[in-house]
Amino acid sequence: MSNEPIKVSAEECVGCGLCVKKCPFQAIVLKDRLAVIDLTKCTLCGACAEACKFDAIEIKEKKAADASVMAEHKDVWVFAEQYEGRINSVTYELLGKGRELADTLGMKLCAVLLGSGVKDKAADLIARGADIVYMVDRPELAYFQDEAYAATLIELVKRHKPNIFLCGATTLGRSLVSRVAVTAHVGLTADCTGLDIDPATKNLLQTRPAFGGNIMAMIISPNSRPQMATVRHKVMKEAVPNPARTGQVLVETVADAILKTRAARIRFEPEAGTKVNIADADIIVAAGRGIQKSENFAIIKELADTLGAAVGASRAAVDAEWIPYSHQVGQTGKTVCPKIYFACGISGQIQHLAGMSSSEIIIAINKDPDAPIFKAATYGIVGDLFVVVPLLTAEFKKILKR
Amino acid sequence: MRVVVCIKQVPDTTNVKINPETNTLIRDGVVSITNPFDMYAIEEGVRIKEKLGASLTVLTMGPPQAEAVLREAISMGADEGVLLSDRAFAGSDTWATSYTLAAAIRKMSDVGLVICGKQASDGDTAQVGPGIATHLDMPQITYVRKIDELTTDHVVAERLLDEGSEVIRSPLPCMLTVVKELNTPRLPSLRGKMAAKKAQIVVWGAKDLDCESAKLGLEGSPTKVVKIFSPPARGGGQMLAGEPADVVKQLVEKLRDVVIATAG
Repeated sequence: MSNEPIKVSAEECVGCGLCVKKCPFQAIVLKDRLAVIDLTKCTLCGACAEACKFDAIEIKEKKAADASVMAEHKDVWVFAEQYEGRINSVTYELLGKGRELADTLGMKLCAVLLGSGVKDKAADLIARGADIVYMVDRPELAYFQDEAYAATLIELVKRHKPNIFLCGATTLGRSLVSRVAVTAHVGLTADCTGLDIDPATKNLLQTRPAFGGNIMAMIISPNSRPQMATVRHKVMKEAVPNPARTGQVLVETVADAILKTRAARIRFEPEAGTKVNIADADIIVAAGRGIQKSENFAIIKELADTLGAAVGASRAAVDAEWIPYSHQVGQTGKTVCPKIYFACGISGQIQHLAGMSSSEIIIAINKDPDAPIFKAATYGIVGDLFVVVPLLTAEFKKILKR
Repeated sequence: MRVVVCIKQVPDTTNVKINPETNTLIRDGVVSITNPFDMYAIEEGVRIKEKLGASLTVLTMGPPQAEAVLREAISMGADEGVLLSDRAFAGSDTWATSYTLAAAIRKMSDVGLVICGKQASDGDTAQVGPGIATHLDMPQITYVRKIDELTTDHVVAERLLDEGSEVIRSPLPCMLTVVKELNTPRLPSLRGKMAAKKAQIVVWGAKDLDCESAKLGLEGSPTKVVKIFSPPARGGGQMLAGEPADVVKQLVEKLRDVVIATAG
C-alpha cells in the first residue's frame, strides 16, 4: 500500500474537475486531465472523494479501531470546574447537554469533581442531572494545578473508561484537557458550540468555529475513546436543578505520586476592581477608542454595574492603557459569547468581531454611521456614547429599580 | 541554554470566508502571516537570548513556504530556524502536530524553555502548547503575562487566569504559552533583515525525527474533519433613529425581558 494518505487513480479519473471545485482548500489542480492534489494544502477532509462520480479518489482509511475496546467505554463525563468551592456555571451547561447525549446513547451521565472540601458540591451536580459523581477530595487539588489535575483525570479515565468527556473551554479547561487527551492518545476538539450524536455510528458530532468564527467545522473522533471536547461557555443551556434527583457519589482515591506537581503556585492575586469576569458574563458593556481616556470608563462601569455586567474593551482601548488586558475582547484577547454585548465607541475591526460576533444580541453605539460594527449589530444607534450610555444607565435603573 | 519558540504560519486573519455557492474557502488575496500570539513568544525569546546569552531556535511545521515565518523570526533576533516539512505530516490534528513538534525538540540539545503563543488565530484551539509539554513530560505555565525570574534551572512566571493572576515557579525545562500583555514585539533591524535573508533554514522530515510513523499526519490524528460550512447568517440588524432619549427608550424596551431575566 502506498504511503500517500490520499491518491487519485489515473485509470478512474476523467479530469472532469468536479473535485477541484469542491475542494474547500484549493488543494487540487487539473494537470493533463488528471486531478493532482497538493498535500501541503490538503486537510484530507474528504470533500473531493465525496464529490467524485468515478470513485477515483481514495483516502487511506485509518486502521479501524478495535470494536471491543471501543465498546468498553461507557458513559458521558463532564468535568465539574470549581473555583474556591464554587461550581463554574459552564459545568451546569455541560450537564444540560451531557444529559441529552447520555439519554440518546442510553448511557449514564457522570460528573468528575476535583478539589478540597468539595463534598457538599456533589449533591448540586446530581440535582443538575448527574447519575454518578466521581470525587477526588485532596488538599493537593484545592486549586487548579495543571499537572496534578491532568494526572488525576488520566487515572480516572483509565479506571472507568468513559465514552465521551466534556470540559468547559475556559482558561482552566483549555490548559488542562490537552494533557489528558495527549496522554490517552484520543481526539480532542476545542471550543465546540454544537454537540450531537450521529444516529448511524453513535459518534459524537462536534461543531466548532474556526478562522475567528468565519467558518464552522464538524469534527469526529471515530476510532478512539473517550471522545473529548471542550465546550464554549454560554452556548449550551444550563441544566435546571431538581433537588429530588438521586445519584451516586463515588469517592476515588489516587496515589500520592499522581498529585505531585513540578510547576507550583507561589501566590495568587484575585483580579482587583472587577466583579464580573468577561469569560462568563451574561452581559458585557465594552468600550473602544471612542471612550477617549481612562477616566471615561466610569460611565461604562456604571452601566455595567447597573446590569450586573462585565466591562469589556477593544484592543485600541487596551493598547492605550485605559484598561487592563484581561478585559480585551477579540483575536488577541478573549472570545466571549454573552446574551447582550454593548459595543460603545468600538468601530468593529474584524479582529474585534472575531471575539464577540457570536453574542446573542449586539448593541452598537457609535458616532460614525459607516462603522463596520453596525453590520454585526442586532440594534444600532448612531450617536454620542457620552450622551447615550448615561441615558441607558438611567433607564435600566428605572426598570431594575436600582 | 537553548530556548525553542514554536510558531505557525496562518492566513491573515479572519478574512477567510466561504463561497456560499461552492462551499469552498475563498483565499484569494489572503496573505500569510506569523500567528499574532507567536510574535510575543518570539519577542520574549529574543529578550531571554539578550539577557542570558541563551541560543534561540524557532520551530514550525508546514509546507515549504512556511519558512517565511522562520525568516521573520530570525530578522527579529532568532539564531536558527527549523522547518518540519514532509508529506507524512499532512492531515495532522493537534495530537499529531504536538507529537511531531515534540519529536523535533527532543532532537535538540540543552533545551531549557519551550515557548508557544497562547493559540493560533486560524484553529484557535490552544491545545498544541500543552500537548508538546505532555509529549516531552515537561511542566507547563500557560497564559504567561510576565516572567519574573529566569535562571538556567528555574523560571518564575505570572499567568493570567479568569479569576486573577497566579505566580508559578517551575524547574526547567518548562513549556510556556504566552499572551499579548507580555511584551511589545520589536520591528526587525536592518541587520536582522540581512541575517534573515542569508539564513540557512534547517528542514527536517519524518526520517530525521525519532518518531513512529503511525503517530504522524492523518494516521496519528484521532480527530477527523467531516465537513466545513458557513456559520448561519446573522439576522439583519435594525438601526434605531431619533432623539437620543427616544432611541434609548426604544432600545431599553427591546432589551427589557432579557435584562430582567439576567440582571434582575
